[in-house]
Amino acid sequence: MTMKTPALLHRVAETAGRESVPFTLDGEPASALAGDTVLTAVLTQCGQLRRNEFSGLPRAGFCMMGACQDCWISTDEGERFRACSTFIAPGMALVTGRDGA
Amino acid sequence: MTATPTATSEVRPVIVGAGPAGVRAAQTLAAHGLKPVVIDEASRAGGQIYRRPPPTLAARDKQTLYGFESKRADAVHTAFDALQGRIEHHADSLAWNAQDQVLDVMHNPTRSNRRVPYSHLIVATGATDRVLPLPGWTLPGVYTLGGAQVALKYQGCAIGRRVVFMGTGPLLYLVAYQYAKAGVDVAAVLDTARLADQIAAAPAMLAQPVVLAKGMYYVGWLRAHGVALHGGVRPLRVLGDEAQGRVTGVAWHDGNKERTLDCDAVGFGYALRSETQLADLLGCRFDYAPLHRAHLPVRDAAGRSSVQGVYLAGDGAGIMGADAAEWAGERAALALLQDAGIAIDTARASGLERRLDKLAGFRRGLERAFPVPQDWAENASDDLVICRCENVTAGTLRQTIANTGADEMNRLKALSRVGMGRCQGRMCGAAAAEILAHATRQPLQQVGRLRGQAPIKPIPLRLVPAERSGAS
Repeated sequence: MTMKTPALLHRVAETAGRESVPFTLDGEPASALAGDTVLTAVLTQCGQLRRNEFSGLPRAGFCMMGACQDCWISTDEGERFRACSTFIAPGMALVTGRDGA
Repeated sequence: MTATPTATSEVRPVIVGAGPAGVRAAQTLAAHGLKPVVIDEASRAGGQIYRRPPPTLAARDKQTLYGFESKRADAVHTAFDALQGRIEHHADSLAWNAQDQVLDVMHNPTRSNRRVPYSHLIVATGATDRVLPLPGWTLPGVYTLGGAQVALKYQGCAIGRRVVFMGTGPLLYLVAYQYAKAGVDVAAVLDTARLADQIAAAPAMLAQPVVLAKGMYYVGWLRAHGVALHGGVRPLRVLGDEAQGRVTGVAWHDGNKERTLDCDAVGFGYALRSETQLADLLGCRFDYAPLHRAHLPVRDAAGRSSVQGVYLAGDGAGIMGADAAEWAGERAALALLQDAGIAIDTARASGLERRLDKLAGFRRGLERAFPVPQDWAENASDDLVICRCENVTAGTLRQTIANTGADEMNRLKALSRVGMGRCQGRMCGAAAAEILAHATRQPLQQVGRLRGQAPIKPIPLRLVPAERSGAS
């Protein structure tokens, strides 16, 4: 199952005058805006960051301020970031585990 | 405490946290000729309440970002920016360990570690939302109230297209107001407190009439703009599709019957809880604070902890709000200076203490206006996930308690893994303590608290020493 879930976050301000930042999301080309956190970059495109190791269910962060540790995300090389407190950078290859990986 | 004069060069003060408390502490120390090190997890100073968006998000002015608090926010930002060159600011940096007067500090973007020695330490670590779980709270699209606010303020994003805000506390109406103002469809505000609670609290809250007036303004504005406001509710569950990970609505009990509402996102929380892990590592003595329903590091009126050379300021040592944090930050810095034998304006110091003392009555009023639901634990069903890191349920906790006789939080943690996950109990600790107290019929203070452990947040297995990474 590779169906992409609908985006969770919706931009309601600060959309003009920001450079776009290319990255890949589950192997597909995607684009964020400069100043986006990894969390924003991903969740404006789809509905999850990872799957919980214990329940196998999708997760998308919770506290947005570095406390809950729910928003960790991997790159295709296995490097892990806390998505709410890491800024998106050009060329990041992010993997959400939406296939249950 | 008697002060022995110290050469200024021997005083190496470090401040952890650059919110309102940390900023005012830094400013005060710098004004007395010291050069404090300020360690903060954020990229830009301001803390959570006055959090500044990244520089590329510059379209909104401070009035839009901070509303009634814009002048305060601007004052804190300006004060900090003016300190450039007079302090050593480590942004994006986590103090993850404290031992023998040295902090271990990781610079997040480079994953590099530096060891920061201190002679005096001001802990201003702030707060996060107090969470009482409800079924469905692990679904993507459910965020804390503070989280919902960060998404909007810091990233210009809403957590959904049609949002319900639920729980209680001053943040509930503020965030709902900010979302509605930003053009987001706020489906409803569901408050577990009753209007009667708020009326009963009004006299105490008159100690801060401005705060009371702001709260009433948000409620009035929301009502005038057609947002449904319901008080005295019992949240039942977030409705949604677990496998797909989507929120479809909320269910609550209104006192007479169950009601539901469609939405695609939920912001919830029950006021705030202090971030106390660092104070714990430092060996500060904790006491149960009934008003906060939590064990908190004790401090004197000036902010001195039980450990010599360690000072506590702001919401990290008890939730008193941003104005109090500024005063407490300044007062703690003055205490540090006094203890280091540096002359201070003692009238200023006692003035700050008086202001802080006056706020205590207001704080009691807030707790009365937005009481934490007392029946949460008894209503928590066995399949409710308490620990979202490791999926530990209320049923597992109760079974563990019944089978082993565990009656204290760290024992319960060892046996059930609650609080052992990556968040170290930040999200589940308060709730687990309520479950344990209820199951063992003990008062909350008897069940103790989860002990903090280094690293206080996850760090990579391999940290690069800062000298070699070239990180500044």
